[in-house]
Amino acid sequence: MSQAILQVRDISLSFKGVKAISGLSFDVQRGEICALIGPNGAGKSSLLNVLNGVYRFDAGEIIFDDQHFQRIDPLGAARRGIGRTFQNNALFKKMSVLDNLLTGLSRYMRSTFIEQALGLPRARREAEAFGLRGQGVLEFLELQAHRDVLVGNLSYGLQKRVELGRALIAEPSLLLLDEPMAGMNAEEKQEMARFVADVNRDLGTTVVLIEHDIGVVMGLSDHVVVLDYGRKVGDGTPAQVQANPEVIAAYLGVVH
Amino acid sequence: MSIPVVEHAAPLLLIQRRAPWGLIGLLGLAFIVVPLWGNDYWLNAILIPFLVLSLAGLGLNLLTGYTGQTSVGAAGFMAVGAFATYGFLLRLPELGLPVALLGGGVISALVGLLFGLPSSRIKGFYLMVTTLAAQFFLEWLFVKFPWFYNYGSSGTISAPALTLFGHDLNTPLGRYWLTLVSVLLLTWTAVNLVRSQVGRNWMAIRDMDTAAAVIGIPVARYKRLAFAVSSFYLGIAGALWAFAYLGTASASSFDINRSFQILFIIIIGGMGSIAGNFVGAAFISLLPIFLSHAGQALFGGAVDAGQLQNLQKIIFGVLIIVFLIKEPDGLIRLLHTLRDRLRQWPLRF
Amino acid sequence: MTFFFETLLGGLLAGTLYSLVAIGFVLIYKASGVFNFAQGAMLLFAALTFVSLHDQGVPFALALLLTVIVMIGGALLIERLVLRPLVNRSQITLFMATLGLSFIIEGLAQGLMGSQVRALDLGIDDVPLFVGPLMLSQFDLVAAAAAGVLVTVLALLFNKTRIGVSLRAVADDTTAALSIGIHLNRIWQIVWAVAGVVGLVAGLLWGARQGVQFSLSLVVLKALPVLIIGGFTSIGGAMVGGLIVGAAENLAEVYIGPLIGGGITPWFAYVLALAFLYMRPAGLFGERAIERV
Repeated sequence: MSQAILQVRDISLSFKGVKAISGLSFDVQRGEICALIGPNGAGKSSLLNVLNGVYRFDAGEIIFDDQHFQRIDPLGAARRGIGRTFQNNALFKKMSVLDNLLTGLSRYMRSTFIEQALGLPRARREAEAFGLRGQGVLEFLELQAHRDVLVGNLSYGLQKRVELGRALIAEPSLLLLDEPMAGMNAEEKQEMARFVADVNRDLGTTVVLIEHDIGVVMGLSDHVVVLDYGRKVGDGTPAQVQANPEVIAAYLGVVH
Repeated sequence: MSIPVVEHAAPLLLIQRRAPWGLIGLLGLAFIVVPLWGNDYWLNAILIPFLVLSLAGLGLNLLTGYTGQTSVGAAGFMAVGAFATYGFLLRLPELGLPVALLGGGVISALVGLLFGLPSSRIKGFYLMVTTLAAQFFLEWLFVKFPWFYNYGSSGTISAPALTLFGHDLNTPLGRYWLTLVSVLLLTWTAVNLVRSQVGRNWMAIRDMDTAAAVIGIPVARYKRLAFAVSSFYLGIAGALWAFAYLGTASASSFDINRSFQILFIIIIGGMGSIAGNFVGAAFISLLPIFLSHAGQALFGGAVDAGQLQNLQKIIFGVLIIVFLIKEPDGLIRLLHTLRDRLRQWPLRF
Repeated sequence: MTFFFETLLGGLLAGTLYSLVAIGFVLIYKASGVFNFAQGAMLLFAALTFVSLHDQGVPFALALLLTVIVMIGGALLIERLVLRPLVNRSQITLFMATLGLSFIIEGLAQGLMGSQVRALDLGIDDVPLFVGPLMLSQFDLVAAAAAGVLVTVLALLFNKTRIGVSLRAVADDTTAALSIGIHLNRIWQIVWAVAGVVGLVAGLLWGARQGVQFSLSLVVLKALPVLIIGGFTSIGGAMVGGLIVGAAENLAEVYIGPLIGGGITPWFAYVLALAFLYMRPAGLFGERAIERV
């Protein structure tokens, strides 16, 4: 088992002639928190979509957990232990917090609909097991008080936490977070950063996150990858990246 | 390392679960009061259709309210159940009534599955059109092919015999028991379903099916399941409608207006709710009666039946719009809010 | 061979009547994203109003004018009481609201004006005309001409006038349109009023063809396959879609019908639409919708 849980090798992706990602390569070590940063439109979300199979990359290879993939689909990615959250809160607004969390366990469902309809033992045991896992996540993310609240009625910050929980409940080994702190105030960001750190430290989950707040990035992450126009322009520790002139140029523009 | 699993979950008492007195009261009414004191009119004209419409609403609600697939073809699937059950009772009477009913439901489920196949490629509005196609096609089918109604000249079907373990159920009370027990059993399974992982998957598809797909829910499969299960319930409701209520039915008993009626039941009663179907069905059943009595009282017979029907239509239309604007979760939400306010009321001092 | 062409042309002409109904839908859908199930009821109401006025001795032109005024008034009411409160809701919710609306309009129509079938005489005799070796209905030809004129007028309206351009802006991107100062409510009022007038024309033609009766409102259900084939957002598509459905239906009834028992017109168009849906989900001329997570 290698140290790198994820190795991205020369990935390219284009949409109708527009190159979103070109020749991208980097490694993510087990147990680290890796931040993806870069100006808007640099290809960060696209990269995440590639990693969990929502987009099919045109060229290159992904090595996850020592297995080589030329292509992957969302269900396959989920099955192998890749979890993710979304930029626009892809939560189920008319369902409770607990129910939202439990949807993350759908692919582990073994009992059939008939067993569930008739309340047969296997279905009941499974429901109980799922319920316990849900309860565990609720406690870990301090969401018990909102267990039965409809997600649509929660504050934005809490919704993002629920989404984190939904990804966590399936116990992924790699967690992809797409701007988990977008739209939050300073206090909410602190809290979310704490939870991300907890997830990484207590559960050993490797985290790749897209984030714009440089303070968060520097404080939270072990490893930073900088993208600009779909190419990598920086790769190293936060301090290394901060001092990198190419990275500065990408954000501030080059003096002509 | 994984999330510390809670070994002994503390009793999850954040929401006080009170004994469901309301439900117990209603069941008591249904099982004790009605059989003892109910007269034939009440049974035949009010309670039985109310129960069957609730079941039909429940069926449609599973597909439209819980899974978010709007269907205007409910009556078509009711027709399948009715004609299929007829076929069983007529041609395989030795199987007995319960099997005939279940068989009707299963056949209807298969037909529902067939018409639900497009749901993997087509969504929302366009999917609704396929349900419309199903409705018209099925209506046509049960008129055009005399085999379905045993070559009778009038195109109608009536139950050959409704017996269960030797008892003749073809009396008002007998049909009431048949309907009540069927509806309760099916409601119980529906409640189990919507509270289970299947139910959650359905609701996830309703709320955001692209997200559901990405987190690993096989969306196409669950949509098809919803069509099948929904049609199962609708099929049995159709059989009960034909034989426990109408006595004699034909394809025209299950026309597009019936489909709209069922849709109204779930809009007014509450989409995504089980109890809502009963509330909606009660409303739809009782409103015409209330209106004609009110008409009599206010205008003493000067208002003819036709005008009352038109008035009823207008009122239904207005109610639909009012509910969609003000209370999209239906009467059941209104009732819950009322109940919660009543509970708080003594404490406001 | 003549028979085939007659059937085809007969179907095409009948199809223009479908197109007329579909155009009313397209107008409203284009401008407000609402599938107006009540279009059929509006048709019925318009036709009934006209017939009632005419039967009471009101001269043709005046009755027409009064009906137009009624339809416009109705459109204003609808925009105010139904559309505005539901402005941000889902497509399905709006559809169900129009379902409720159709009930109200039908109830009013029959309540106020009775439910017997009324004959509507537009002064166009339904005599057979011979075009070459083909026998066609004069009425159908006039109807097709009327539809053609209407489409041309609407096309001019959309492309050449300021209102038309605003309509297209609203259809394209409501928020953007709002932010450049287009009065959404005004646009919707106009669109529903125009749809009402289109409904009047369609209602009169249909009514003349088969009598003004309740089933007129069910004509709306026929418009759906037309819209699926032609797309929900294109007037030209509605025209073409109507022609296709009319022709296909007629041909199917004559050539396929006898093989499976006849009377397949109620549902054949839907099956055709379904087939189209599989191949081209947005219709021949419509626009594809893209969903982002």
